[in-house]
Amino acid sequence: MKSKQTLLGFGALFAAIALLPWLGVYPIFAMKVMCYALFACAFNLLIGFTGLLSFGHAAFLGVAAYACGHALKVWGLPTPLGLLVGVGAAALMGLVFGLLAIRRAGIYFAMITLALAQMLYFVFLQASFTGGEDGLQSVPRGSLLGLDLSSDLHLYYLVLALFAFGVWLIYRTVHSPFGQVLTSIRENEARATSLGYDVSQFKLLAFVLSAALAGLAGATKTLVLGFATLSDALWTTSGLVILMTLVGGMGTMTGPMVGALVIVALEDKIGDLGKALADASGIDWFNGLGESVSLVTGLIFIACVLLFRRGVVGELGALWEKMRKTPDKLRA
Amino acid sequence: MKFKLSNLALAGLFASVGAQAQISGDVVKIGFLTDMASVYADLDGAGGAEAIKMAIADHKGMVAGKKIEFVFADHQNKADVAASKAREWFDTQGVDLLVGGTNSGAALAMAKVAAEKKKPFISIGAGSARLTNEDCTPYTIHYAYDTVALANGTGSAVTKGGGKTWYFLTADYAFGTSLQADATTVITKSGGKVLGSVKHPLNASDFSSFLLQAQGSGAQILGLANAGGDTVNAIKAANEFGITKSMKMAGLLMFINDIHSLGLKTTQGMYMTDSWYWNESPEARAWARRFFEKVKRMPSSVQAADYSAVSHYLDAIDKTKTDDGDKIMAAMKAMPVNDFYAQGTVRAQDGRFVHDMFLLQVKTPAESTEPWDYFKVVQKIPGEEAYTKLSESKCPLVKK
Amino acid sequence: MTEVFGVPLPALLGQLLLGLVNGSFYAMLSLGLAVIFGMLNIINFAHGALYMMGAFFAWMGMEYLGLNYWAMLVLSPLAVGLIGVLIERLLLQWLYRLDHLYGLLLTFGLTLAAEGVFRSFYGVGGQQFAVPEALQGATNLGFMILPNYRAWVVLASITVCMAVWLVVEKTPLGALLRAGTENPALVQAFGVNVPRLVTLSYAGGVALAAFAGVLAAPILQVSPLMGSNLIIVVFAVVVIGGMGSILGSILTGLALGVVEGLTKVFYPEASNTVVFVIMALVLMVRPAGLFGKEK
Repeated sequence: MKSKQTLLGFGALFAAIALLPWLGVYPIFAMKVMCYALFACAFNLLIGFTGLLSFGHAAFLGVAAYACGHALKVWGLPTPLGLLVGVGAAALMGLVFGLLAIRRAGIYFAMITLALAQMLYFVFLQASFTGGEDGLQSVPRGSLLGLDLSSDLHLYYLVLALFAFGVWLIYRTVHSPFGQVLTSIRENEARATSLGYDVSQFKLLAFVLSAALAGLAGATKTLVLGFATLSDALWTTSGLVILMTLVGGMGTMTGPMVGALVIVALEDKIGDLGKALADASGIDWFNGLGESVSLVTGLIFIACVLLFRRGVVGELGALWEKMRKTPDKLRA
Repeated sequence: MKFKLSNLALAGLFASVGAQAQISGDVVKIGFLTDMASVYADLDGAGGAEAIKMAIADHKGMVAGKKIEFVFADHQNKADVAASKAREWFDTQGVDLLVGGTNSGAALAMAKVAAEKKKPFISIGAGSARLTNEDCTPYTIHYAYDTVALANGTGSAVTKGGGKTWYFLTADYAFGTSLQADATTVITKSGGKVLGSVKHPLNASDFSSFLLQAQGSGAQILGLANAGGDTVNAIKAANEFGITKSMKMAGLLMFINDIHSLGLKTTQGMYMTDSWYWNESPEARAWARRFFEKVKRMPSSVQAADYSAVSHYLDAIDKTKTDDGDKIMAAMKAMPVNDFYAQGTVRAQDGRFVHDMFLLQVKTPAESTEPWDYFKVVQKIPGEEAYTKLSESKCPLVKK
Repeated sequence: MTEVFGVPLPALLGQLLLGLVNGSFYAMLSLGLAVIFGMLNIINFAHGALYMMGAFFAWMGMEYLGLNYWAMLVLSPLAVGLIGVLIERLLLQWLYRLDHLYGLLLTFGLTLAAEGVFRSFYGVGGQQFAVPEALQGATNLGFMILPNYRAWVVLASITVCMAVWLVVEKTPLGALLRAGTENPALVQAFGVNVPRLVTLSYAGGVALAAFAGVLAAPILQVSPLMGSNLIIVVFAVVVIGGMGSILGSILTGLALGVVEGLTKVFYPEASNTVVFVIMALVLMVRPAGLFGKEK
């Protein structure tokens, strides 16, 4: 049965991720990827499954990062509560944004989310509790069930557990009746309305859920890195998560994860990549590539939208389908 | 199993503390993280990396008999990227010294990482005084300047020089507010008066309304408690509205690159404080010319500081024959700095490098004799006056 | 001296005038966005980047070719318009049949790429750009000193905006454009080259942005980042005005500029966010926008 296959597939995936530190992967990098992967998956719930493009998702990442950081550092709450505070803040913000943005559709929805996120950014910039440009620093990791989280390895498994939980939640949502309605809204909103569904309510719920999960990603990220800064809430971060989802494959479960891996790795290694290209081709300009993340990101965006709309996972999936349908005798 | 190996390597390092002198990994690796492509790129950026390369080359690429390696990366003004890169360098690449470029948020994050890993971190481009106050660590050295010194310098020197009445144009966020607050304290102490202020939002593109209010106050000095693009736009607008005819402008956070992009015509007569100017002494000029040949721009004070800081670190290793974090920090704080950039010592208690600052005034186009010849040195401000005194420090490591 | 809410009247009038200056930028940019959206159904995120290119080309023309400001006022929009043609033909035309979100994403990518390119060549420091000789100096209007250049900006913007409005609403070409928006297939059946109209609209829209860029160059910093923050405010303006009518976009832009200007006087800290707050309010009360038509 397909669902059993999928379950096994996910199980294998998480088991593999669990083994990564023992295979030499730098745990902080892997944790960062997982946080962004969760962020992208949460975003994908909205765009891939409900058809709503939010251009301000960084707001939820940011508000959760700050809220969790504040809870852990200033209020001294235990780690699980801090995470909850972060998620709660993001969900609340999602409700507020959602109520305003749902009133319009399509392009307007995107522009409204962008503008609201920008407004929140300015609030963060001026508020004292965020530390402004300096950011909220020195957030303690605390401990969980007696396990000291300042050890990277311990934290790794907590992050993995949270990530798996987030993905599981999204999977269950998508494959539930609620998820079916979301898909129908994406396909044909008018028809969904005519069938008697209160489309606005469903959209709002999806929005809040997506925001809450993005918040989980943000709060976890604060835990991993120990700080929350303005760049978490900047519109370029919103753009980044869109890119991750696009590159990985909108509307697929694993697409955003792949996209997050690609983009985070790119951000990290672009200097090395540029140097490698320069050495290989002898063109010195590539050395400057490391200084131009913007340019590379922009080009990838353009290439994806024009040529590669289904993203990595989408394209692979289509290829797989094509190969499956090819009758055996044609496959020499 | 690299993860376990790096654990072992770290354990080994800790074990070597107290043991005889040892260079970890047989190589001294310096890591430099700064903004390479965004708002602060001209101030530090690739030029800063060149400056560090010059320092390494002048040390003949070797120190205490071991090779020096240099890695640098763009933190894109994101503390995220800076902190994870720094962590990765410490954990997996054996970086021994972390040099921090611009952006205070990134610098604060890097300082925490370095303290955790017990490696020295020299912050150069960032201005936040928190690095030696609330967020000080035994492993941080704040080298070039901080916002307190800038405010003290410009505030006191300008006031004592006759600019008694001030009006502030302040960027409405923590940084701007603290610049204004620090400057106000100093101005009042020096016998001046702040007639008023107006806050503008960050990245405001249009300053006309704020400037009109400033003009209406009748103050002698317009204090610009903002930075980067805001300062530039404000200065342009001030010229347009003829404000420069009745008020003199004092930029609280400005660098030679800002003057370069605005031009002398627009900025002539402005005051600003900086830690170094390429034309201030024959030694400075000599080094600046070498820099110019490589980078085709005159160095900013931050880039000069990059060179000076790394040279100081290398000298410290020469002396102690080890790159162990604690020993090097002690050595860097004990040895005085005396080069074309500055003369002074790094304060042991909070890591603040205390050295003289300069009050500069922008020349008129007629007075400028060559490209980049922008300033005349009005006054030297002694380090003890410019920087936060230990008695007022908020650093938890300082025993009062 | 008469005072209104504690602010002297001359100062208030002065701020109103300055608000008009900003408003004229908002008006031109939101007008360009509206034209492009009307014809192509694409939200041109790259509008900010093209505005930046307009300013940069003007600077480059003056720096490298020794041309003067007035020449660049014409040439720069033309150059950017040409780039617009290239963008539309090479990149955008493939997206018309798709969900128009892809248009937003593509132009977003264009923005990043364009800013990246300019940044790698010119850094972010900003370039020197002097106010042209003829417009230097200021006039004493009694209640304030108005720099001549700012007055020129308002005049030029309003003239251009009204010209665009005239063309779209009152000329045969405009009628074709409007018809093409409503029913492209039918218009094409009449023998009109609709794809060419579309290309023209895009080129025209971005040329408007470039014109705004040239106007802005002497008073703002000519830097690769000058478009990014502006574009988001313009989006808010567009949502407030609704993209139904040309006149609506112009009026909304001007009005919001004035409102922002007033905010700077009474409560300067909020002047960054006041447009967004208004957007939120408008959304709650009149979701289609002040001049918009419910689609």
